[in-house]
Amino acid sequence: MDPILNPFSSGTRLRDMIRAIRACKTAAEERAAIRKECAAIRTSINENDPDYRHRNLAKLMFIHMLGYPTHFGQMECLKCIASPGFPEKRIGYLGLMLLLDERQEVLMLVTNSLKQDLNHMNQYIVGLALCALGNICSAEMARDLAPEVERLLQFRDPNIRKKAALCSIRIIKKVPDLAENFVKPATALLKEKHHGVLITAVQLCADLCKVSREALEHIRKKCTEGLVRTLKDLANSSYSPEYDVSGITDPFLHIRLLKLLRLLGEGDADASDSMNDILAQVGTKTESNKVAANAILYECVQTIMSIEGNGGLRVLAIGILGKFLSNRDNNIRYVALNMLMKAVTADPQAVLRYRATILECVKDADASIRKRALELVYVLVNESNVKPLTTELVSYLETCDQDFKGDLTAKICSIVSKFSPEKIWYIDQMIKVLLEAGSFVKDEVWRALIVVISNASELHGYAVRALYKAFQKSNEQEAFTRVAIWCIGEYGDLLINNVGMLDLEDRITVTESDAVDLIEITIQCHALDFTTKAMALVALLKLSSRFPSCSERIREIIVKYKGNFVLELQQRSIEFNSIIARHQNIRSMLVERMPVLDEATFIGRQAGSLPDAGSISAGSSVSLPNGVAKPADSLVDLLDLNSNDAPAPSSSGGDFLQDLLGVDLSPAAQSGANQTSKSGTDALLDLLSVGSVSGPVESPSAQSNSSAIDILSASKSEKASVSPLDDLSSLSLSSRTTSITGAAPMMDLLDGFASTPPKSENNGTVYPSITAFESSSLQLTFNFSKQPGNSQTTNIQATFINLSSDEYTDFIFQAAVPKFLQLQLDPASGSTLPANGNGSITQNFRVTNSQNGKKSLVMRIRITYKINGKEKLEEGQISNFPRDL
Amino acid sequence: MIHFVLLISRQGKVRLTKWYSPYSQKERSKVIRELSSEILSRGPKLCNFVEWRGFKVVYKSDQDDNELETLSIIHHYVETLDRYFGSVCELDLIFNFHKAYFILDEILLAGEMQETSKRTTLRLIAAQEELLEAAKEEASSLSSIIAQATK
Repeated sequence: MDPILNPFSSGTRLRDMIRAIRACKTAAEERAAIRKECAAIRTSINENDPDYRHRNLAKLMFIHMLGYPTHFGQMECLKCIASPGFPEKRIGYLGLMLLLDERQEVLMLVTNSLKQDLNHMNQYIVGLALCALGNICSAEMARDLAPEVERLLQFRDPNIRKKAALCSIRIIKKVPDLAENFVKPATALLKEKHHGVLITAVQLCADLCKVSREALEHIRKKCTEGLVRTLKDLANSSYSPEYDVSGITDPFLHIRLLKLLRLLGEGDADASDSMNDILAQVGTKTESNKVAANAILYECVQTIMSIEGNGGLRVLAIGILGKFLSNRDNNIRYVALNMLMKAVTADPQAVLRYRATILECVKDADASIRKRALELVYVLVNESNVKPLTTELVSYLETCDQDFKGDLTAKICSIVSKFSPEKIWYIDQMIKVLLEAGSFVKDEVWRALIVVISNASELHGYAVRALYKAFQKSNEQEAFTRVAIWCIGEYGDLLINNVGMLDLEDRITVTESDAVDLIEITIQCHALDFTTKAMALVALLKLSSRFPSCSERIREIIVKYKGNFVLELQQRSIEFNSIIARHQNIRSMLVERMPVLDEATFIGRQAGSLPDAGSISAGSSVSLPNGVAKPADSLVDLLDLNSNDAPAPSSSGGDFLQDLLGVDLSPAAQSGANQTSKSGTDALLDLLSVGSVSGPVESPSAQSNSSAIDILSASKSEKASVSPLDDLSSLSLSSRTTSITGAAPMMDLLDGFASTPPKSENNGTVYPSITAFESSSLQLTFNFSKQPGNSQTTNIQATFINLSSDEYTDFIFQAAVPKFLQLQLDPASGSTLPANGNGSITQNFRVTNSQNGKKSLVMRIRITYKINGKEKLEEGQISNFPRDL
Repeated sequence: MIHFVLLISRQGKVRLTKWYSPYSQKERSKVIRELSSEILSRGPKLCNFVEWRGFKVVYKSDQDDNELETLSIIHHYVETLDRYFGSVCELDLIFNFHKAYFILDEILLAGEMQETSKRTTLRLIAAQEELLEAAKEEASSLSSIIAQATK
């Protein structure tokens, strides 16, 4: 049809359309122009005019790149591909790759055309088909067309052989079963001289090794020597203009060869041995001032670090990275940091030598480098260097960019809490961080600081004085303000009287009214939110009892909030006012020092409530913010509870329970403990004879009944290491577990005595355990129990057992559930899973089913771990849950 | 392997996109949007690598890819474009975007390196363009015959 007669035919040329679109001044204009153009193209498509197909498709691709929908052009691609001419096919295949991806069903329709084109007389058409297949083929297409591709690996023209080789990579990635068919032809290609064929063959072999153990063994046996020779010839080759990149012949081929050698050398001493010489040569002879040369060195270092050990080569490799670190090119420093990160597991001492340089990189202007360096510092920290490293990082906190402060703060807090050698140092560092970057400190972190302070009775005075001094200088950081106010309210008397002075402290003189002044100023500050103000009101109330002489003044401050528009403040103000004015007799009792917060409980709660603790770092390294408390310390703390002047929680039921436990519990507790920790029995006996029972066991009584579950999860999360504390908490755990299932008679007794039995309602149903997931290497079982008083929520304990003969490290379990379910994961008991079922990892989580009774639980899981540093992934869906959960 | 190649102008306009892993249309535009704002805001002296959603980008590659090599591949591609267009500029790529794709398809396939010789790449492109010319001539002679016949 004549384009002039039809105003809507795609009369405009591609060039004109691009020009018209570029001339648009606003986004709206552009949209309008494209709408018009698309309408024209659609009309033309409907007219099914083959003359314009080519042009329409080109236009659609341009429109597609601008981000507009172009699905209506998909069938046109197929028509172009099916047409006989080379120009149509070429644009058709280009469109196919651009407008479609492997998940679209339309793609299946093209399989036949592809098959024909793979057998076409014209080698360029064969090339087009291979290219398209290699870029977007699906598993089905891979299966259907694999024989054609396999045959083309021996095609007369090398340019087709190389395309076929890469296409084979896609095919074996999609369908690993097909790998064995490709091993022979692939290794045959390794003997070729044509660089294009050689490099693609090397890549194909590397991918074959990755998907098939047999292929790896075969290639290792037959080809290692040849590959070493090829690399040697390449490294020694004279200047060749065609492949030269800044003085090096074909760096790309160098790199691919090194990569394949790495796969062959890993875990095989003989193969590693045969490549030592060439690696040493590449590592020493490559001149390193250009990107290409450094890329080769970088690859060489990676290969050296991965193959079976050779001390001399490792020294060479770390030396190369050291040189990289001092390079002025940011790209080079970036990869050096990256590589050191991998080297750190093999040889931390060697990496530590570059500590100073790495710390400099944390302060770099480039965000990518800073981030890498900080990650590296983070893994380098240990007990012996935590102090100097933290000092460096904290001092950098003062000067660093705002947008880096968040990352840096999180890392410092985590380091400090994990490795802190003593509590006083922890408190000092946290105060510094709070002062400098309080707004970046997460709520649970500053709360953890309060817990730690409250647990360190000998440091109460020190902490409150340190906070007071710092508070006088700055009150800009709200998180800091909260901690300071809490401590001043709690330990105000220690502040005034300089109780418990440490040798390193300077004596300060603070009068009672100074302390009240400070809080008064704070509470008047408009910038603070009402939670902080509420904390200030509580602090004032406490001070009114600690400082009787200021009582009246404090009352006046409190009374001002009687009309506050925040209900919470208003109510507190009225209540506190009446306590001070009219209930003097009970006031001192009301505001006694807080009972020591149980650290284990705190962590357990926190781990349960962290929204991402489960999904991201499911347990391997949830940073428990009280790392300060070394197991031994915390045991002392727990024992201290009794000697502390703070009154232990004294609900009568609780006391009764304690007495009962103190006298009678040992047999029951032991039997409980035997179920969970075999080795714990002795330690437990010791502990019990010391009379330390009160520690963990009283905490349930201090909590309201519903928090029994918190205790459970708390003790689980602490189970990672064998320590007295753990045994203590597993004691409380096991006694609880038994009580829930109602198995131990001892617990029935307890139920009888406890003022409110929380678990009786659940004694009826016992859910059978299930094997949720099982593969040749891993078994996962679920145990179920119901949360008291909440039929929707199920507690699940997952137990992982390693069935293989390799140890798994970095074990992480992740789970996902549909919308009607809610999932909360606690940290796992560990991240290392011993081989041959010699131990297990357990992880607790809770699932709340909002459709309880109507729908059953269902869950998708994903488990990752490493075997000898190699990552493994297992996934699955669990739908065999007991029905009424 | 390389997961995608994006060519984005300093103004944030997309000039070329090539996906070697499956991404839906929605994901694609999200990737482009997020990456272009992240990368274009970086200063000239900073390193060429950006970490984004667990991948390393200017290019996007696997965790175990060699960043410096991928950088060299980008250089290699740009140099090939340079030779083809004779010092390539943005306008060349706008009006001849399809040619930029054809050249890329001769260098990378399935996200892997296909050819390291620029000369070979350009020879293959030239051979295919000859085929196009031949087809065009044939078509025009055919259409003139038809035109004469229908006069």
